Amino acid sequence: MAKKLVAEQMVLTANRLADGRVIYLGADGWTIDLDEARIVRGAEEAEGAEEAGRKAVADRILVEPYLIEVVTVGGGVEPARLREKIRCAGPTTGHSRSAA
Amino acid sequence: MYRYDEFDAEFVNDRVAQFSDQVRRRIAGELTEEQFKPLRLMNGVYLQLHAYMLRIAIPYGTLSSTQMRKLAHIARTYDKGYGHFTTRQNLQFNWPSLEDIPAILQELAEVEMHAIQTSGNCIRNTTADHLAGASADEHADPRVYAEIIRQWSSLHPEFSFLPRKFKVAVTGASTDRAAIRAHDIGLEIRRGENRQIGFRIFVGGGLGRTPMLGKEIRDFVEERDLLAYLEAILRVYNRWGRRDNKYKARIKILVHERGIESIREEVEAEFAEIRGGALDLPQEERQRIARYFAPPPFEEGPIDAARLTEAMAKDPAFAVWVERNTHAHKQPGYTSVTISLKPIGGVPGDAKADQMDSVADIADRFAFGEIRVSHEQNLILPHVKKNDLPEIYAALAEAKLATGNRGLVTDIIACPGLDYCALANARSIPIAQRLSERFADIERQREIGDVSIKISGCINACGHHHVGHIGILGVDRKGEEFYQITLGGAPGEDASIGEIVGKGFSADEVVDAVETLVDTYIRLRTDPKESFLTAYRRLGEAPFRDALYGEASRAA
Repeated sequence: MAKKLVAEQMVLTANRLADGRVIYLGADGWTIDLDEARIVRGAEEAEGAEEAGRKAVADRILVEPYLIEVVTVGGGVEPARLREKIRCAGPTTGHSRSAA
Repeated sequence: MYRYDEFDAEFVNDRVAQFSDQVRRRIAGELTEEQFKPLRLMNGVYLQLHAYMLRIAIPYGTLSSTQMRKLAHIARTYDKGYGHFTTRQNLQFNWPSLEDIPAILQELAEVEMHAIQTSGNCIRNTTADHLAGASADEHADPRVYAEIIRQWSSLHPEFSFLPRKFKVAVTGASTDRAAIRAHDIGLEIRRGENRQIGFRIFVGGGLGRTPMLGKEIRDFVEERDLLAYLEAILRVYNRWGRRDNKYKARIKILVHERGIESIREEVEAEFAEIRGGALDLPQEERQRIARYFAPPPFEEGPIDAARLTEAMAKDPAFAVWVERNTHAHKQPGYTSVTISLKPIGGVPGDAKADQMDSVADIADRFAFGEIRVSHEQNLILPHVKKNDLPEIYAALAEAKLATGNRGLVTDIIACPGLDYCALANARSIPIAQRLSERFADIERQREIGDVSIKISGCINACGHHHVGHIGILGVDRKGEEFYQITLGGAPGEDASIGEIVGKGFSADEVVDAVETLVDTYIRLRTDPKESFLTAYRRLGEAPFRDALYGEASRAA
């Protein structure tokens, strides 16, 4: 297992089981839109989010949930790391540019 | 081309049915991800950053026009309208939904294709010279043996759970276009004293985090003993290959740690046990398979050289294309054509569905319906009449497939990198695109001459950076993409592993750095005939390092 992420603001992400699409834990259920994601702060909320992820795995909604760091940009949030930025916005180039 | 016999058809259809049921059970919750993951990987289904990815084998890089049309159809129907040809003679679709994959596999089975053993710790798709059966310098067709190896290694029960993946490449020509020494096993077909076929066998090559060139384990294995010898190597590897550490699990580490002499001794002992047994290759069977690879019905006829010369004189772009993208053929009047999948600013190896259809049509009109895929991420029409080149070029140009840059600085190999791949640390494709745009001027490319740039987005080296004349490796440095440059690598019969030239460069700097290297070569070469690689081997890395970092760096 990856080491536990410690960050000020986090979001739980995963890939949807049926089509592999990137999804995030929202305020109410799962969303493909990061803007609708539930912002997780502190260890307790992180554990709650991870528990929701484990349940969704058991319910066959998604696979491989994990927390990512997000930072506030303008009015919303965006992933802190490039890998997650690309997962969120799609390939940066080519025929499927921005197809996420 | 090889056609499936009843056994091939049965096992592929069985596997489609099996995997379809596994997908159904996974979605219904009867299989956990933990249980399902190894099953999907056995069928070429990965989970990447954005979606599932399906990797389809193109055995020894040979495709029929019918198969190509099927790939186009799949791209259009189930994916986003394109596919990506890889450095292992595979095709990857980047966006299939898991629910659609059984249908895709069913469609593939209809044209005798599958995704079996394109992942997992098994013997992967056996690759071969993309000019097999065509090139003037070939002494035997490697596809015959690649097909024999495919049949032996497919669902081989003893070798389905090896310590790690296992890759075999075959060449039958004096020029090694299959990078055999970069494979777990590399086979070079040779002729013995009485012209009988045999194999020089290399073992323990591979790229990745510990790049090694394969070492010769035997200089001649007789044709009928091929499978017995391969089985002996695999058995020794299966017995002693490390399973405690995946980074030390490839056969290259075993050969390196134990020494080639010790491995040879064990392999020979095993070989002595099994030689002449069930794996003996009967001559009739060899001949039966060879017949599938018989040359197409070549036409004998005069070559209208004047027509070609005239067309070349009229259209300089056509002339460059003929100069760069055609290859000497064993049949008079014929040539092989490289269809570059490296348009300026494009994604190396990508082909749109419409382009795949165009290639299939052109292959039917001019090339006996036969297409090849090269590990350099290009397509090839192996047998075309020289007289037809102007028409072929025109048809390719219409499909935006007529870039005349084979082997030039813009013919870049690049892995999918961080734009798609879950393992990547940095992007590869945008670097390839920017380099391609930087060197877009074809006259400048021709002046530079033969040079290969190969880019990998992580240490696993799918972009073969270790064997690029100029290799670029993307790394993650404190959250930033950073690129390390290696120089002097080569994949062929004069193979070498590139050497790191110095500290890495940011994404902003790396294109300038490559241009500095190329300019340094131009400045220091003895004459335009001295290639980048030859000049590098003569000069060593010092002048290139000085050019990149200043002479002061040498004292440091």
